[in-house]
Amino acid sequence: MNDQTGRAWVFGDNVDTDQLAPGIYIKRPIAELARHCLEGLAPDFASSVSPGDCVVAGKNFGAGSSREQAAEALRHLGVKAIIAQSFGGIFYRNAINFGLLPLICADASSIGNGDILRIDASSGEVFNLTREQNYQAEAIPAHLLQIINAGGLLPYLETRLGVKTKND
Amino acid sequence: MGQTLAEKIIARAAGREHVRPGEIVTCSVDLAMMHDSGGPRRIKPVLEKLGAKVWDADKVVVITDHFVPAVDVQSAEILNLTREWVVAQGIENFYDMQGICHVVLPERGHLLPGMFVVGGDSHSPTGGAFGCFMFGVGATDMAGIVATGETWIKVPETISIDWSGKMPRGTCAKDIMLKLCASLGMDGGDYQVIQYSGNVISSFDMAERMTLCNMAAELGAQTGIVAADNTTLDFIENTIGARPEAQNWHGDADASYRKTLRFDAGALIPQVAAPHSPANAAGVDEQASAKITQAYIGACTGAKLNDLQMAAEVLAGRQIARDIRLLIAPASVRELAQATKDGTLGILLAAGATLLPSGCGACAGYGAGVLGEGDVCIASTARNFQGRMGSKSARVYLGSPYTVAASAIAGEICDPRPFLDGGVL
Ligand code: SF4
Repeated sequence: MNDQTGRAWVFGDNVDTDQLAPGIYIKRPIAELARHCLEGLAPDFASSVSPGDCVVAGKNFGAGSSREQAAEALRHLGVKAIIAQSFGGIFYRNAINFGLLPLICADASSIGNGDILRIDASSGEVFNLTREQNYQAEAIPAHLLQIINAGGLLPYLETRLGVKTKND
Repeated sequence: MGQTLAEKIIARAAGREHVRPGEIVTCSVDLAMMHDSGGPRRIKPVLEKLGAKVWDADKVVVITDHFVPAVDVQSAEILNLTREWVVAQGIENFYDMQGICHVVLPERGHLLPGMFVVGGDSHSPTGGAFGCFMFGVGATDMAGIVATGETWIKVPETISIDWSGKMPRGTCAKDIMLKLCASLGMDGGDYQVIQYSGNVISSFDMAERMTLCNMAAELGAQTGIVAADNTTLDFIENTIGARPEAQNWHGDADASYRKTLRFDAGALIPQVAAPHSPANAAGVDEQASAKITQAYIGACTGAKLNDLQMAAEVLAGRQIARDIRLLIAPASVRELAQATKDGTLGILLAAGATLLPSGCGACAGYGAGVLGEGDVCIASTARNFQGRMGSKSARVYLGSPYTVAASAIAGEICDPRPFLDGGVL
């Protein structure tokens, strides 16, 4: 997924897992749960976000519980990357496990809602095409990019274990 | 530059000499623990899809505690699926209805200093009390771990928290944790490691250290840890009949910490957290006189033998208020047997307590003792999120076993200190 372009959806600090995957819908199928993703902050987000778009946020994105659906809902909506100043620790794990690209970027606050961004996943460079600015996010190590590129931990393991069996 | 205890354990598990915070490394997992709720019922379909088996049956521990004993057909089926799966996978470390996973795991000698352990539950940091690096993961992570025996980790920084001085009578590890939740907030741990030290921690027994590490989860830390000392090694020796090798599982003198916070134990008073967050904690006097309808001594956090003994100290020779119920769900079957033997249980029952099965029970609203509309409960558990113990309109306060017991006698939230040492009431 190197070099992808998408629109930025900008949020503030401490966006929590209840805002991403509201508890009252947690037992519903992911397609239904995802319709309520971030509805408290941006009611049109779930209906308007397009595949390849990015979520941009401040500090501690994905704070709160360990529920995996917080990451799964974003992936279901087609979000590819999250650019934030920092992430909640369990969410960061879950994001990678579900094939999202979580980029830690000190300059996230320079990005405006609706800006068009191009991201180079392997170098962590973010190009803001709207503002003609470049930001450097912390690069994700190659072996984690493999998980993300595979679409998450399970698809990654399917390939890896499958290959293993063939070689045995 | 030296390394902290957590960094040393991670480096060892990653097959490296050194790791530094922020690095992402892949570690071999020494042990994976799962329970009936997040375990086989979630893992089995994934492994089937991958065509994989558990990587090493001897390194997997499965414990039923969330849905025990079955209260409906669905719970019974989850438990049966768990039982069948461990047989199919050849997992011998299976403890069926023996108590809550975080307490049963060390009780059966599975934790040794220096181990790198994952648990399929958010209170997995409890294991850090034994000088291991143990943290909680979600079901997908766990499925990947049992399929491969490894996982990646972003090396956390360590926050050092020091409690020194003399703990006042009537206070305990639970009060320390509620105080920390109030001072640092539920994200104060920032997914880093909290290492507890100071003369108070050294004087604590393993049960109290487990309470400290358990509630590192409420501080938002990845885990809590206490470096092993003679108390740790004695406990393990008593459990497995052999003293673990006295390896040097301690932080280096020149290790660097994100920060060091120091607290004076002498100034601590019993803490109570108001609904609906552990971070709403304050001195008991601020909540005193709130009427309750239920008192609950339960959970991995607050129903170990020493927690039951604290409650018994307060309840000895007294009766609970007529218009409330006191429910006690001992953390494990072994702890219950001990409490029966040493007279603790007799004191609790004579005071009017109701004994419930050992398991998660009402803590997360799964088993007996859930709350109805308008109920007000004080509990020795770790979390008082809205709706967790039952009805959304129920209100849950958190306190130490001393405070829960005193409140059960008074029928309202109450300072336990006057009840101790022959206090008149
Ligand atoms: S007792 Fe409560 S906190 Fe502990 S593992 Fe069970 S549900 Fe979780």
